Amino acid sequence: MTVTVGLSAPYAHAPTSIRRTMGLVLLALLPATLYNAGLFGWPAVNLFVVTVLAALATEAVCLRLAGKPLFPPLTDGSAVLTGWLLAMSLPPWAPWWIGAVGGFIGIAIGKHAFGGLGQNVFNPAMVARVALLISFPVPMTLFVAPRPLSSADAPGFLEGLAITFGGRLDLDAVSAASALGHVKTELSRGVPVDQTLSQHQDWIATLLGAVPGSLGETSAVLLLAGGLFLIAKRIITWHVPVSLMGTLFVLGSVTSLIDPGRYPDGLFHLLTGATLLGAFFIATDLVTSPVTREGQIIYGIGIGALTFVIRTWAGYPEGMAFAVLLMNAATPLIDRYVRPRVFGRTSKGEPLSAKRKR
Amino acid sequence: MKLFRIRGGVHPEYRKELASEKAIVAMPLPRLLRVPLQQHVGAPAEPVVAIGDTVGKGQLIARAQGAVSAPVHAPTSGAVVDIANLTAPHPSGLPQRTIVIESDGRDAWAELPPPIEDPLSASPREIARRVGECGIVGLGGATFPAAVKLDLRSRHELDILVMNGAECEPYLTCDDRLMRERAPEIIDGVRIMAHALGVDRVIIAIESNKPQALESMTRAAAGVANLSVIGIPTRYPMGSERHLVQALTGRETPARQLTADIGVVVHNVGTAHAVHQAVRYGRPLISRVVTVSGHGVCEPGNVEVPLGTMVSELIAFRGGLTEEAPRLLTGGPMMGQPLPSLDVPVIKGTSGILALTKEETRIQPAQACIRCGSCVSACPVGLVPVDMVALVRKDNLDEAAAAGVMDCISCGSCAYICPAHIPLVQYFNYAKGRLNAIQRDEQKRDRVKRLVEARAARMAKLAEAKRAAMAARKAAAAPPKPDPDSPPAAAQ
Ligand code: SF4
Ligand code: SF4
Repeated sequence: MTVTVGLSAPYAHAPTSIRRTMGLVLLALLPATLYNAGLFGWPAVNLFVVTVLAALATEAVCLRLAGKPLFPPLTDGSAVLTGWLLAMSLPPWAPWWIGAVGGFIGIAIGKHAFGGLGQNVFNPAMVARVALLISFPVPMTLFVAPRPLSSADAPGFLEGLAITFGGRLDLDAVSAASALGHVKTELSRGVPVDQTLSQHQDWIATLLGAVPGSLGETSAVLLLAGGLFLIAKRIITWHVPVSLMGTLFVLGSVTSLIDPGRYPDGLFHLLTGATLLGAFFIATDLVTSPVTREGQIIYGIGIGALTFVIRTWAGYPEGMAFAVLLMNAATPLIDRYVRPRVFGRTSKGEPLSAKRKR
Repeated sequence: MKLFRIRGGVHPEYRKELASEKAIVAMPLPRLLRVPLQQHVGAPAEPVVAIGDTVGKGQLIARAQGAVSAPVHAPTSGAVVDIANLTAPHPSGLPQRTIVIESDGRDAWAELPPPIEDPLSASPREIARRVGECGIVGLGGATFPAAVKLDLRSRHELDILVMNGAECEPYLTCDDRLMRERAPEIIDGVRIMAHALGVDRVIIAIESNKPQALESMTRAAAGVANLSVIGIPTRYPMGSERHLVQALTGRETPARQLTADIGVVVHNVGTAHAVHQAVRYGRPLISRVVTVSGHGVCEPGNVEVPLGTMVSELIAFRGGLTEEAPRLLTGGPMMGQPLPSLDVPVIKGTSGILALTKEETRIQPAQACIRCGSCVSACPVGLVPVDMVALVRKDNLDEAAAAGVMDCISCGSCAYICPAHIPLVQYFNYAKGRLNAIQRDEQKRDRVKRLVEARAARMAKLAEAKRAAMAARKAAAAPPKPDPDSPPAAAQ
């Protein structure tokens, strides 16, 4: 049985709505996205557009199939956000079908298979990314060095179309490893991490994003600014990003102190591998993270620790997507057991005793 | 003074400026006043006048019934023209017994009880009795008979009286104006109440968005021992009794108990003003200050209204409505009630009459919950509204009760902040109503069961006695061995 109820107070409402929430998240992503589009040129723009459109189209089809109204869900921004976040986690010069398949998987399997907005257990963008990574490992790990639109060797618009839609990518000419991938390969070749880093690492370039990587891996500064904007607008709170990045930083710093030849340091962990995108925009996904502040801290610590473990000991340098999905699975459990103490009750739920404090 | 942190809460758009700078004005006397017999929590009052009687202003027209009740007095002089069932200012729109008085225009006082000489040395009983006789109820909106709350000393060990001047509901400014304009009277009432309660400390708490009220109350309270006027943070629901007590004293009222159980009594500042009137002048509660506000009314303001005045007349007095159909409320927008129509009277608990436009209420169709957790952060009680609403939706009331729905104070913070516009409080009110009804049913069933069992036991006893009598008779009918000890027809 479902219950319907009549109208009652409050007769006032904060200027909040789902559309506003999603819109502000998109707004916060915009600077980093534009900057990256400039950095990686037309192919990146094409891929971005394809991914977002695929997400929207899939949303429309799923809503239709479920017999639900198309509006407001289609325009509430949630499908766009899924496509957008997915696009930002793809290699920018990946072929169009990567974006199309990803958008479809994210919305159809990641979201609507669970019952639509608010019902999904896993972050749809990360479901899509992991599915792509496992199914198509080659195009998903092929990163290019940035070719800013202004630079001479940047592909023109037509050339961009050819790269995205025609598979016209001369692999050897452009491919480059992302920072995390590079460290990992070098380590497997016997080159110590600190040595690789001292050669490879240009912190300024990392901060500004002029390094190979997915769209969202680059440009730490703009992503950080976007995240702080969301906190200021009270769309997200500090709990997830701070606990996540804190854990990652501490684990990285401690292990790197113990064996600098084997482990990169904490700052490296924060500034690479889409950590900032993940901490501020993906782990904080409202639907799939715990609802209590206390739960969010546990969740953030979990993602941080798992990311570290996967990056360090498993085969995927960009481990955050897996870490997020694993902690998504733990979220219902966290929400079940981590609850605030109720006013006038002990943490076990018994009424407090009325002893008087004079 | 050190303040203690309270959990959750929201910062609604207060929109107090619509009415806060409008001084209290008196409502011109209407021709007809419709005075309901239940304007308080508890049993309705019982009429002591009949149709055709003439009454003086302030004369008793209905007396209190039982321990928790309040009498009702004539708001002006005139004639009782009807005692009928009329629509009450309650969302159900159900009619209620109401005494209709036609004003004679003279507004002449009846004979009032004499002032209590030197109330600060009068007996607490005498003060409580006077407050009760004058029909004073909590004017913050709770309308609990004030005399009952002044007589707590017999059952509880009290040490602090908190005067609630928080007025945390948006729009409402009646307490603000009262504190600005009549601070000395309020302070006098507060001192009388403190004396009656026998507390050693009084805290008057005013939200910091009312600096003038804070100032005038501080001035009026200067030199009064053991009394402090405190500015508290502006945050809804600061005026919730338990939360206010926690913020001021750090004491947390245990679930299902009263603040009195931890030694604190809370009264509203408007109530103190009424107590002053009752004790110093013998005047019963026959009028109150009402905030008329919202963009749906032409001239927002604060009006001293005789109880029983029709809301339609009050709104006409403030220039009428600005649009066809604004949302009409009694009380504030966070916890107020919709008015069934404009043809209902102002009663003791009417702190505000609001006419809100669509832009103000922002009522929108509900969307899917996105599990954002805003409601969890906003809940001042520490509940998890998002989970409770899922349970109530499935009508899973037992689990909703286990999740704490009965501890919900219906403050509306969660629904106010929810980006999906889910009417959370409606679900919780529904669940609370159902759970209360189930509890009542259970009690009733228990009582019936007890009655049935008692009856069965009685019947069994009777049958037993009959059998015994029968056996005795048989024994008597068979004479060979008459037993002189057997009681003849014992059961008859
Ligand atoms: S505030 Fe509304 S949308 Fe957010 S979790 Fe609570 S009920 Fe769901
Ligand atoms: S209405 Fe109930 S659940 Fe919602 S915030 Fe207030 S106390 Fe919490």
